[in-house]
Amino acid sequence: MTDITDKAEAKLDRPLGQKNDPRAARPSRASKAKQSLTSPGATIAAVIIAVIWTIPTFGLLVSSFRTPEEIRTNGWWNMFVSPSFTLENYADVLTTQGASSANLGSYFVNSIIIAVPAALFPIILATMAAYAFAWIKFKGSGAIFVLIFALQIVPLQMALIPLLQIFSSVLGISGTFPAVWIAHTIFGLPLTIFLMHNFISEIPGEVIEAARVDGANHTQIFFRIIIPLSLPALASIGIFQFLWVWNDLLVALVFSGGTADVAPLTQRLAELVGNFGRNQERLPAAAFISLVIPLIVFFSLQRYFVRGLLAGSTKG
Amino acid sequence: MRGLAPFWSDLFEKFGLMLLGLAVFAAVIGIILFLADRAPKKGRDFWQLLAFVAPALILLAIGLIYPAVRTTLLAFYDRTGNEFVGLDNFVWMFTQPDILLTLGNTLVWVALVPTLSTIIGLAYAIFIDKSKGEKVLKSLVFMPMAISFVGAGIIWRFMYEFREVGFAEQIGLLNQIIVWFGGQPQQFLVNSPWNTFFLIVVMVWIQTGFAMVLLSAAIKGVPVEIIEAARLDGANAWQQFRNVTLPGIRGTLVVVITTISIATLKVFDIVRSMTGGNFDTSVVANEMYTQAFNRNEFGYGSALAVILFLMVLPIVVYNVRVMRKQKEIR
Repeated sequence: MTDITDKAEAKLDRPLGQKNDPRAARPSRASKAKQSLTSPGATIAAVIIAVIWTIPTFGLLVSSFRTPEEIRTNGWWNMFVSPSFTLENYADVLTTQGASSANLGSYFVNSIIIAVPAALFPIILATMAAYAFAWIKFKGSGAIFVLIFALQIVPLQMALIPLLQIFSSVLGISGTFPAVWIAHTIFGLPLTIFLMHNFISEIPGEVIEAARVDGANHTQIFFRIIIPLSLPALASIGIFQFLWVWNDLLVALVFSGGTADVAPLTQRLAELVGNFGRNQERLPAAAFISLVIPLIVFFSLQRYFVRGLLAGSTKG
Repeated sequence: MRGLAPFWSDLFEKFGLMLLGLAVFAAVIGIILFLADRAPKKGRDFWQLLAFVAPALILLAIGLIYPAVRTTLLAFYDRTGNEFVGLDNFVWMFTQPDILLTLGNTLVWVALVPTLSTIIGLAYAIFIDKSKGEKVLKSLVFMPMAISFVGAGIIWRFMYEFREVGFAEQIGLLNQIIVWFGGQPQQFLVNSPWNTFFLIVVMVWIQTGFAMVLLSAAIKGVPVEIIEAARLDGANAWQQFRNVTLPGIRGTLVVVITTISIATLKVFDIVRSMTGGNFDTSVVANEMYTQAFNRNEFGYGSALAVILFLMVLPIVVYNVRVMRKQKEIR
């Protein structure tokens, strides 16, 4: 399969899925021109913004390692005066069982069970549909594609009530994992189809034409050419969809039924924060448990994340 | 650490369900594509086309198109969905002081969030462009994008936390700073109308990173030659920005502002998790949820959803028109 990738990339004169960066080719001149623009004042301003943007998260992280008593009675900055460290809060919110405990272990599992299929389903369906729109000529192809693009503007809120009615009275799956998977899949499709189409339509026609001449049909082309070539795009868009699902609260509230059996972390966190006074020593640790997966994904795969973002926003 | 046995059995059951779900999905898609592959030569293209687009289209029709149409209809019915009430739900909306306030708040949000996020994001992108440690500085401001709105809500609840003076030490950083400077601590999330502004800060905190990353990429796309030429002509930094960079990134600016505007109109989680819409902070998306799912007022909820759609619509139309124009220019 690699030779097809090579051919396609040679044709594009850059790795698939990467944009042309006009400056990348001439870094030396770019940096020279730039030097005149960066002043010490600008750098100081940038550092101030960066600090302001980081402090809230940093403060919460520090708080999560303080004892419940300390969290209740004074601010996290006292940590620097009288340092202390405990994992008590994490142990409490993760493993303590019982009606009034945070019980985040179960919700963490639920978040994974929800997010993995809800990221995979839409990108696979979207890749199939995007291939059809990009490379199979049929009547109305353009019109249907525009319609799908337009569906992005329908706020989720418009679909919640009727979809919940379908799930509860027609399918009888309301408050189960499949209901949440299907809801996320549907809501994710318009954007993922649009993004995958942008990418797949960029694959050079000769590659696909050559395969057709060799007698390959659409399914064969899809598995032998489209999927291997689309892997970088699939990764970017998959990460995006995964984070979206992981961080979602609205869909979870409506379709998960709200119990520890199905509901994700975000839902439990919203409940805990709803009774801030009683839960404040638990909340820093609880919040960080929900943040850890997105932050790992973000820092380890930032390149893909940014690429997905750019693909979604700067392309027509 | 007691009683973890039920947790483990629960865990296996759930992962089993997930694997089953993935297997069923793979099997369905596999069978569809297999049948398409083996379709009779005559009309094979048609069957294959159907196999590729039908699953997505059917889901969209059932899960988005039908519900959107139905919600629009429900907006003209009473809470049971049985009796047609004409425009009553909309009349209710525009005569209730609470709901009018909600609509007003939403307008304040959509005016402030895109403006502030874009200005700060753009300034930051320019400040750090080609500077040392650009990547790290970028990550720091971009990071809130990866955090859930609920998580952000918790982070800022602690920033805003209020303690009565003399009763206890402040645990919220902002009030502590006020106290350090000798001021009176504030109930940031309770005192209307400023509490809406403090909720908006949270959204700006999240969206600035998005604006910054996109605008930073756009700035790097402005040809160096033009900037250099402007510099040789004696343009100062501000003039270079105003006359060269800004026109060069106009398209991205429009995308950034419209995208943030749409996200802002739909904002739900922040309000839900920080004030629950109390203390005059509700917005349309939150009110829609409250009416429909907490009070079972499906008519009111649907009407609010329709209003939300009508607010989003002009922004998207504008966005599409700008993109079209740019394509023509190219």
